[in-house]
Amino acid sequence: MASPVVHGGLPAHLVDFVGALRRAGIAVGPGESVDAAAVISELDLLRREQLREGLAAAMLRRSGQRAVFDALFDLWFPLGQGAALGEVALPYAEDGSVDVEALRDLLAGLLRDGDTAAMAELARAIVDGLGAVGKGQGGQGQGQGGGGGDRGQGGGGQPSTWSAYQALNAVRPETLLARVLADLRGGADAAWDSPFAEEVSRREVRDRIASFRRMVTDEARRRGAEVRGREAAARTGVPKQGDRVDFLTANSEQLADLRRRVAPLARHLASRLAARRRRARRGPIDLRRTLRRSMSTGGVPMRPAYRRPRPGRPELVLFCDVSGSVAGFSHFTMMLVQALREQFSRIRIFCFVDGCVEVTDLFGPGSDLGGVMAEITARPGLIAFDGHSDYGSALGRFREGWPDVVGPRTSLLLLGDGRTNYRDPNLAVLGDLAERSRHVHWLNPEPQAQWGTGDSAARRYGQVVPMHECRTAAQLAGVVSGLLPV
Amino acid sequence: MSTEPVDQKALFDSVDDVATRLADVGYIASTAVATTVFLADRLGKPLLVEGPAGVGKTELARAVAEATGSGLVRLQCYEGIDEARALYEWNHAKQLLRITAAASSPTRPEAWDETRDDVFSEEFLLPRPLLTAIRRTDPTVLLVDETDKADVEVEGLLLEVLGDFQVTVPELGTVVAAQRPFTLLTSNATRELSEALKRRCLYLHLDFPDAELERRIVLTRVPQLPEALAEELVRIVGVLRGIQLRKAPSVSETIDWGRTLLALGLDTVDDATVRATLGVVLKHQSDTERAVAELRLN
Repeated sequence: MASPVVHGGLPAHLVDFVGALRRAGIAVGPGESVDAAAVISELDLLRREQLREGLAAAMLRRSGQRAVFDALFDLWFPLGQGAALGEVALPYAEDGSVDVEALRDLLAGLLRDGDTAAMAELARAIVDGLGAVGKGQGGQGQGQGGGGGDRGQGGGGQPSTWSAYQALNAVRPETLLARVLADLRGGADAAWDSPFAEEVSRREVRDRIASFRRMVTDEARRRGAEVRGREAAARTGVPKQGDRVDFLTANSEQLADLRRRVAPLARHLASRLAARRRRARRGPIDLRRTLRRSMSTGGVPMRPAYRRPRPGRPELVLFCDVSGSVAGFSHFTMMLVQALREQFSRIRIFCFVDGCVEVTDLFGPGSDLGGVMAEITARPGLIAFDGHSDYGSALGRFREGWPDVVGPRTSLLLLGDGRTNYRDPNLAVLGDLAERSRHVHWLNPEPQAQWGTGDSAARRYGQVVPMHECRTAAQLAGVVSGLLPV
Repeated sequence: MSTEPVDQKALFDSVDDVATRLADVGYIASTAVATTVFLADRLGKPLLVEGPAGVGKTELARAVAEATGSGLVRLQCYEGIDEARALYEWNHAKQLLRITAAASSPTRPEAWDETRDDVFSEEFLLPRPLLTAIRRTDPTVLLVDETDKADVEVEGLLLEVLGDFQVTVPELGTVVAAQRPFTLLTSNATRELSEALKRRCLYLHLDFPDAELERRIVLTRVPQLPEALAEELVRIVGVLRGIQLRKAPSVSETIDWGRTLLALGLDTVDDATVRATLGVVLKHQSDTERAVAELRLN
């Protein structure tokens, strides 16, 4: 079992915790460590939630880091050692095994009432009773009545780890949904007041079940950390920070998180592209500043000051690859496009595979992203030949079909991996477009090491226009802030 | 980094004291809020509050000011705000007047020197919020609202003010805070604030509260609302936040909804009521359509 505190007392333990945060990608500087120490000295250490919030306030700098922080905090400042059971105990059958049916009854009751505190205690009990892996057979059912710290030592010895999967598989909380809903409705035969009431309750219970699953997972991680050491648990069990998730491999929860991140980035990108020279040489006179300047010449306005120009709204043209090879990325592309749509007054959106179509009209205000993708693929002209991406031919069709779209005030943004199936990349057209537009940038979702390998023409395109690796939201943020000096 | 603040009485005794006193003035604080407010006061650091619109960021500053009997000085940031609007400005018109007045008087050799020293004195200084907050001798809460809307240069300005709580006016010298104001910065995270600014602050991400807390907030703000109704509203808003919407409803929307129902004299939430008043909670037509479809309201 890992010792709760390393030698050197609380300061050393804190430094150890800081190290773990850094390894997880949260930049905590020495200044933050000092702040954290000051926080510890001001707070009552027995109030764990206050300590958690206090440390978070001193060490974190953006909201996306919170999930990682919470997971590591639970490892370094655990709620307790061993089972640390509360008042909710598992029901046991006559033969000493866990009575799963009674347990499910208990859980259904808690889900119905939404009693979070009791659910957390039950999650702890469930991991303790059902989650042990690699424990001797006699272990289960030993001394179950007590809320003891000496459990685990008795019976069949130490389990090798704790599995949330195993525990959840035994209880199967999702299958309780129908039952809890029936309870809420007031009996299996009763009817809902309206479909709306049913839907609200259904979603509510579903959220509770999801949060219960999270509780069990967190608890299993905590117990596992005691067995394997928290360093090992920190390496494997802690979620990735949202902005470091790869677009091509993100799961649905991460995608939802990405969506929240992309909207502010789009605004940021818009203001970067719109940035103009700050001090204008002509335009309306700024009377206040002119008067202020005249002070040095005794009130005679010698040097007029001009009003600062408002940042103009630029024209943006997006050119997006929606072929199969970038399926994961194109979802992100669509999110970015929709977010940009709200920031730019004049935007034209083009999608291509080996043909090219304009899809600006699909991204009206408040359009539904799920439906948009289907409509894009159904557009005639998107696929000209065989449905394999062909950048060269798509670029050619783009210039032929819409020759006047790209002009001297246009910023052109290309999104794609540059994998053109060994066909002619048509560099001349891209060079021509780059010459005619104000800015061109290419965002590539592939790791830089893979550019130019196989059928990728990314390196060759990269010589014509600036190409940026853009695999995660963090990288996108970097690209955006590096685009132009403001 | 900075010198020890002028010996100053702490505003709060403990985290629980923060929570109780904020509750007394009608602000129900979560553990996170109470803890960070307590720490910001104790450590003498500014508190940066980030989060979606309508979760009570600005309200928090107001509540802290009211609970501690401090004056609230507010700096509203916007695109293009500059030193002259945030810190101080010389009153040119008055300065010009003074110079003209001096010039019209009979010529004395020392008159010019007098005038020169005179026009750059306190009398001609127009303090803006940051300088006001620093010069105040009474307890002060300084609120820098929507910091993310301001340009990057203004952040540099804030660094001096928030790091050392002093302002340098070249003609007058450095003004050091008589007492350290309790400083709160808010941001909607539309752009990333600079690391340097963030490092000087404690960070609080204020998100939607959990159901229990939100119920208490709504009941505090709309005391006439029946408890069962408040609970029902909070439930529905919680579900709405789970749907992919362009703008998820915030606490302020829940409160507005409670007020609306009260004003309409309704004491139950049925389908017809929700359909009729959904516009209070959802601010986009597409969101309303989506919610109606997903929650089977039609």
